[in-house]
Amino acid sequence: MNVTIIDDLKKKKITALLKEGQRVDGRALDEPRQLVIDTGVIPKAEGSARVRLGDTEVVCGVKVQPDKPFPDLGDRGIFICTAEILPLADPTAEPGPPGEEVIELARVVDRGIRESGMVDLKQLVLEKDKSVIGIFIDNSVTDYDGNLFDACSYASVASVLSCKLPKYNYNEGTVTKVEGEFTAPPITTIPVSVTMGKIGDHIIVDPTADEWACLDSRITITTNDAGNICAIQKGGHDGFTPEQLMQCSKISIATGAKIRDILKKVGRS
Amino acid sequence: MGVKKTDIVLLDENGIRCDGRKINEPRRIMIKAGVLKNANGSAYIEFGENKILAGVFGPRDVHPKHLANTDRGIIRCRYHMQPFSVGERKNPAPSRREIEISKVIKEALEPAVMLENFPRTVVDVFIEILQADGGSRCAALDAAAVALADAGIPMRDMVSACAAGKVADTIVLDINNEEDQEGQADMPVAYMPNLGKVTLIQLDGVLTPQEYEKCVNTALEGCKLVYEVQKKALKEKFFGDDAQ
Repeated sequence: MNVTIIDDLKKKKITALLKEGQRVDGRALDEPRQLVIDTGVIPKAEGSARVRLGDTEVVCGVKVQPDKPFPDLGDRGIFICTAEILPLADPTAEPGPPGEEVIELARVVDRGIRESGMVDLKQLVLEKDKSVIGIFIDNSVTDYDGNLFDACSYASVASVLSCKLPKYNYNEGTVTKVEGEFTAPPITTIPVSVTMGKIGDHIIVDPTADEWACLDSRITITTNDAGNICAIQKGGHDGFTPEQLMQCSKISIATGAKIRDILKKVGRS
Repeated sequence: MGVKKTDIVLLDENGIRCDGRKINEPRRIMIKAGVLKNANGSAYIEFGENKILAGVFGPRDVHPKHLANTDRGIIRCRYHMQPFSVGERKNPAPSRREIEISKVIKEALEPAVMLENFPRTVVDVFIEILQADGGSRCAALDAAAVALADAGIPMRDMVSACAAGKVADTIVLDINNEEDQEGQADMPVAYMPNLGKVTLIQLDGVLTPQEYEKCVNTALEGCKLVYEVQKKALKEKFFGDDAQ
């Protein structure tokens, strides 16, 4: 927001390079940064992951616990995904209640995974209308270098894939945990979120923090195993032409397939 | 939002939807511009069962001052649902959903408003949902854009919004509340009809790439229909009943 000379120079350089089809870090326009995923980093959580997308780093944990279902969704387990930017992640991040950017981040990450139906919530019911299993996914951004949407989404997906679901017994109103017995969560698909930014007429995948500061607008598209689109969120102070929207959907499907291969390895290990 | 499950037929064999509409037919849309005395610009919209009031103030001084931008003006937007606007009373405090919708509406309006002409100022857009139905963010945006024009704030284009979605494996225009709850996908879209730019797009639900393209195009057709209603509302405000 506060334009310093450095920011202004960076912006000019990024825009000038894009005109020649180049990016400051040498990536192709549709090339995401290197994605490194470690799972099982928090043994006390039922599932966890530390994800690095370039220099953006996110730690994610999954807690699983029995809960009452939502009144109108008695035949479904609970799935809640949150995200926050820790004050140590960026000089401008502050503790306190989340601002609109962080609320949007959490909701977009949640929506992408929820709408894909990644976890079959109907299999998480202990007793219809009375007791269900809740899966709570919490993302914490520990280092910021742009594109938190994708980093948090990959961290959430990796955590769920690595998650061990405890076994619960429901008996006349009481739920007991069966010690030492675990199952894999009911996974139906692997959703992959791909965020693209628009600078001028150029579409770039996975913008860094410097690029993020130059974006006219951005769009996050989540795709599933079948290459179908399950969620979209547009942001930023400019629009997309309908042709650019089609271009973005194609990029998200192609890039998403490559990232899905990386996430699938997490599921197997 | 506590909707009871009923076995409604979303699309019958004749291609008629649960509220009697055809697949490409929007709900009834009525917009009235200039409905408030104190706001610089205002509009009231009825879009299906949605009843929404939008008021605009500005460009005016920014408070708190640190939010001001030296090279361009800013827009602030508040989308707020009245406690009585839905089936079960809604807590009047802004929910996370309302905060997100406020943000996407702001970003959908920004491309249209010539903010570079008004550095250090703010345009405040207040949207009150008096009664909510499916597609309230699109209807809210339609009213807000008319209110901005009514306020005489320089704009590059109108912003017209309408949703499309997938119901019973069919792409349909303008999703209502039942179709939102029971349908397969909901895609709100906002469009600047003369500049040809999409300024808001969201999607909940699974679409194949072909369905996605059809859904975007269906929503854009809806936006063009809404645009005509918005123009009519502004003509009526400024030229009275003589406007065609």
